[in-house]
Amino acid sequence: MDASQWLHKQPQGLYCEPADCYIDPLHPVEHALITHAHADHAIGGHQSVTATASTLAIMQTRYGEDMAGSTQAVNYREQITLGSPNDPVTCVFYPAGHILGSAQILLCYRGTRVVISGDYKRQSDPTCLPFKPVPCDVFITEATFALPVFKHPSIEQEMAKLLDSLAVFPERCHLVGVYALGKCQRVILALRAIGYTSPIYLHGAQRKLCDLYERQGIELGELIDVAEVSDKQSLAGNIVLAPPSALSDRWSRTLPNVRRAMASGWMQIRARAKQRQVELPLVVSDHCDWQALLDTIEEVNPNEVWITHGREDALLHALTQQGRTAQALSMVGYESDTQD
Amino acid sequence: MQAFSELLENLYYTTASNEKQRLLLAYLKNTPDPDRGWAIAALAGTLRFEFFKRHTVKQLMLSRVDPDLFAMSYDYVGEVSETVAHLWPDATEQPATLPTLNELVTAFQQVSKQKVSALLADYLSIMTPPQRWALLKLGTRGLRVGMSARSVKKVLATYGQVPVEEIEQLWHALAPPYAELFAWLDGKQPKPDISNAVTFHPVMLSHPVQDDDLEAIKAQPDEWQIEHKYDGIRVQLVCNANGKAIYSRTGDDISHAFPDVLEQLHFHGVVDGELLIMKDGNIDSFNALQQRLNRKKPTKALLASHPAGVMLYDILKYQQSDVTRHSLDVRREYLEKWVANNQQPAFQLSPMLAIHDAEQLEAAYRQAADDPSVEGLMLKRLASPYTAGRPVGQWFKWKREALLADAVIMYAQRGHGKRSSFYSDYTFGVWEGDKLLPIGKAYSGFTDDELKKLDNWIRRHATGRFGPVREVEKALVLEVAFDAVHPSTRHKSGVALRFPRVHRIRWDKPASEADTLDAVKRLIR
Repeated sequence: MDASQWLHKQPQGLYCEPADCYIDPLHPVEHALITHAHADHAIGGHQSVTATASTLAIMQTRYGEDMAGSTQAVNYREQITLGSPNDPVTCVFYPAGHILGSAQILLCYRGTRVVISGDYKRQSDPTCLPFKPVPCDVFITEATFALPVFKHPSIEQEMAKLLDSLAVFPERCHLVGVYALGKCQRVILALRAIGYTSPIYLHGAQRKLCDLYERQGIELGELIDVAEVSDKQSLAGNIVLAPPSALSDRWSRTLPNVRRAMASGWMQIRARAKQRQVELPLVVSDHCDWQALLDTIEEVNPNEVWITHGREDALLHALTQQGRTAQALSMVGYESDTQD
Repeated sequence: MQAFSELLENLYYTTASNEKQRLLLAYLKNTPDPDRGWAIAALAGTLRFEFFKRHTVKQLMLSRVDPDLFAMSYDYVGEVSETVAHLWPDATEQPATLPTLNELVTAFQQVSKQKVSALLADYLSIMTPPQRWALLKLGTRGLRVGMSARSVKKVLATYGQVPVEEIEQLWHALAPPYAELFAWLDGKQPKPDISNAVTFHPVMLSHPVQDDDLEAIKAQPDEWQIEHKYDGIRVQLVCNANGKAIYSRTGDDISHAFPDVLEQLHFHGVVDGELLIMKDGNIDSFNALQQRLNRKKPTKALLASHPAGVMLYDILKYQQSDVTRHSLDVRREYLEKWVANNQQPAFQLSPMLAIHDAEQLEAAYRQAADDPSVEGLMLKRLASPYTAGRPVGQWFKWKREALLADAVIMYAQRGHGKRSSFYSDYTFGVWEGDKLLPIGKAYSGFTDDELKKLDNWIRRHATGRFGPVREVEKALVLEVAFDAVHPSTRHKSGVALRFPRVHRIRWDKPASEADTLDAVKRLIR
């Protein structure tokens, strides 16, 4: 059965009619399936939420224990049944490689298989399981970095840039803007992996999720809250991780001789870095770059591609050129500048 | 080339200007001649030739990437050089050694026209994206890393431990890669002698007048020279035994565009004034001057119908002697003497307005607002020496109030450079009957915050797309300010605005209440 007859775009988000549930709805609904816990995909206030245990844990950390009426934790690759038992929708969560707990959701109805990939990447990331290509009829993809100018370098190379800068400017405090969920922990692990063993300092907003990651078994090394450092001058030559919004606010003025850095896929575009007054752009993304998007679609090889959000024009154009069937859903509200 | 590319990256991302100057100073100390001289030329914008055309760059890229994807990438990135730097295929094998900056410059200087494209492609293929960006910006002379020519000169002064004024004076007489300059700064040779060079001298600029300045001037008007502020372009005329030239305020030699003025210049000296269209002593509007600007070689007919002249208001050299240290009233005497020796229809002396009290000053300002050839008053301290740059408290401009109209935003385009990816260029229109007709385009006058709001509004109200241009719902009113309205045959609306900018965003005003074309036409003088 044609997927567009039972899965469509609504103002709240994608709606699966026979299962009566929304995927990553932007407004409170009765039943939500959540791909991952970033704030533009997971909000509080749904009556029931189905997601991976890690995603639920993050949502509870952020929105409180009562973030939803009820929760249902699913394991990766575990099959669950939704909708009427006589005419069911089967549903399986697969790893998406985006952040801890992130999943692609496979919905199967009357023989048609649709994969909603959420946000995903193909670069390796020790904080989550790697993206798993799942055969399907319709592959629903994001297009955040879907322009051929986007080529994400390895995170090791970008972290080496940060350490080089620390060596050149030992008198400056290196303040790195990182989104608190996912990017922050990935950056810490990459720094550890290339041998940076000094304490890493945290803005208050980063602490809760770092603790959660540690409870989930991801070792981040020694982390110290900036608030607990009595002599802020001692932060010269050290790395401080803060949410991007704190990069140039009053809080940052307490730090000594700040050198502003930011870890984001957008940092590849000069003007984007400039607009945020970033002196040291670090191109680190939890999304696919252009080539990775095309390669993934090639590998999954669906009959049809639906594009949710981002630079959908370019991806649509390239896929059409390849002779694929593709359409842009043009969903708004799923892109935030700071976490990508 | 590696060092130059690193310098540009560092300069680009560094915001503090003293930090930038430190970076450049370190580069000058660590880089040999002539590379550092070329780098100086690139930063100060004094490279005399383009290595290649932007068109060539684009064609090369289009033969390697799908044209639609290129267009979408460019639209997003907002700049050709950076788009190409990222899109260009990376080298698959170990890249060859990079040329030095001097080798690059020499290669492009010597290559034949047919081979420019191939040479460029070869270089791009051995470079990293930042190096490609550096080469493309350098080669198209479009380098913008937030460093002014002035601060480049400051760094040179620091490097050689000489006053920056000495660099300023020499600057326009020297050419890249500045071997003599560095030889002098390094103490290996005496200061270059430029006493008889036909060259541009840095000009003195004014500040917009503030209320407290005005109060001070009104209290003692006799200490000020008050003139009309003419609506033309600032020029400097240089004439000596070695030749003569007309320079724009930025030091570009524009002699070829104004042969009618040049041929009437014969008395030695350096004088400062406003270039205007002058017919039988009458001054025409800026709109008339526009016909002559950007024409490299005016036709005979144009020279006859739009003769140019200069309203002179200051002098830097009388014959051989530098008069810049004299006060304005003394320089005025020299200027009058110069004009007496160079009597020609193209040269007029800017009249000094007889003003002795506050009422007379106010009256002169009101009168200036009604005269289409002037745009306000100039208020100059009689005691002021001629100081290059914008010294504080010496010269003020008191421009007439801007004209305003409420117009509806119709189309938007993404900006470039710092504003890339924001919709920052707006075409706006006014009503004729029940139709909107575009009357102009504005891309300034709003704050960064307002820009974000406008950008957001445009994304949510876009109705169509023509290439990079977005059409939007006709629902948002901009109060636009402009200096004048001129009749125009080139625009469907029949009007052209001078220097339009956004004055206010009228989120509150319904589009139906925006101004009519007739109302705008009534502002034509």
